[in-house]
Amino acid sequence: MTLKQTPSQTVGPFFAYGLTPEQYLYDFRQLVDGQMRPREDMPGEAIRIVGRVFDADGQAAEDAMIELWQPNAAGRFNHPADQRTERPLIEGFSGFGRFGTGTDPDARFIFDTVKPGAIDDRQAPFITVIVFMRGLLNHAYTRLYFSDDQAAQAHDPVLQSVPAERRQTLIAERRDTATGVEYNFDIHMQGERETVFFDL
Amino acid sequence: MSKSDTQPQSYTPRDWDSMAGFIDSGYKSTGKRGVSRNLLEINPDLAALTGPAFGAESVGELDHDLTRNGRVNGEPLGERIIVTGQVLDEHGNPVPHTLVEVWQCNAAGRYVHKKDVHDAPLDPNFLGAGRCMTDAEGRYRFISIKPAAYPWGNHPNAWRPAHIHLSLFGPSISTRLVTQMYFPDDPLLAFDPIYQSVPAGARERMVSRFSLDVTEEAWALGYIFDIVLRGPSATPEA
Repeated sequence: MTLKQTPSQTVGPFFAYGLTPEQYLYDFRQLVDGQMRPREDMPGEAIRIVGRVFDADGQAAEDAMIELWQPNAAGRFNHPADQRTERPLIEGFSGFGRFGTGTDPDARFIFDTVKPGAIDDRQAPFITVIVFMRGLLNHAYTRLYFSDDQAAQAHDPVLQSVPAERRQTLIAERRDTATGVEYNFDIHMQGERETVFFDL
Repeated sequence: MSKSDTQPQSYTPRDWDSMAGFIDSGYKSTGKRGVSRNLLEINPDLAALTGPAFGAESVGELDHDLTRNGRVNGEPLGERIIVTGQVLDEHGNPVPHTLVEVWQCNAAGRYVHKKDVHDAPLDPNFLGAGRCMTDAEGRYRFISIKPAAYPWGNHPNAWRPAHIHLSLFGPSISTRLVTQMYFPDDPLLAFDPIYQSVPAGARERMVSRFSLDVTEEAWALGYIFDIVLRGPSATPEA
């Protein structure tokens, strides 16, 4: 290695007008938001992901930023490293979303997306979740799995590598609402229910 | 060689010796917000080798020029600066065509953000947000106003040194980085728990350097800030 990595620093409390400006009603164009399913007719199951980020005291953070990264319903990532052409890319689906928790009265993050397909025969479907906030000096990676995929999760190598008593922290709970399918995924930074974070 | 052949099989791990701990005794809010248990190891798969790509169309004409992209009725106040540098991986290879997002306070130390209640004036002609893409050699360039120090509530008489926030992607979500760029010879660096949270020997990498070559005569002072992201752990043979 010839060069050393630039250290990470916290995103701080005032990221919104730079990273999520339109969501927070600042006059600056936003590149990506919580709407990851820009077309109604996008292949795959339409889902909403909601959740909060809790600190050690159980307080929901009102200044966190969440990013999601996921493959499409066929399990294909929209990226040159995924060349599996037998799984078609879907026009208009990037697989990336970003949402700050400062605009919802309950400090929730809210993403509208499609349920991802499994990326291979071994792993259950999941979404990579990245947490940024004041007081978090390095961004934290976790994974969101879906509560209705129990069969696939029983032999998922990543989930099975997680101590059984902590596995539940990675499972988003499915709920059928009047407006559609919703998964709740709360993130606990500390405490008994501390979310499992990965050294990605 | 097709594009897929050049894709790395994995990225070097985060260099934790160069990073702050999640819980830092000097930076108060880490105590309840930092990850407290060990991170779990995970084998790299396609989810870690891929990430969002932003095309040239992501960046508007004035997005890189913070002295112009927030103008209402005149020029923003403060010391005009040029911030430029190269985004590289650990092997010294440029990271081309990657998005760099920045945000900062104004020349009085005030952020546009609605939650900033510091008693310093807003500048009607300065937003403080921008973005650009690196070029084929990984170079980026912003024009801005030098941000100022501002007080915060971490401890008595706490002041953040002047800094610019930067957010980068690189080729995958593994190379994601959010950091802060500081200015040389700032006396506040010695007292700032956020800067000091990073081990000595590494924190200095977050300090830009003044450059007379980048400085443009009778117009703006130049600062160079190179950024190093995680690189492929096995470099493909040329």
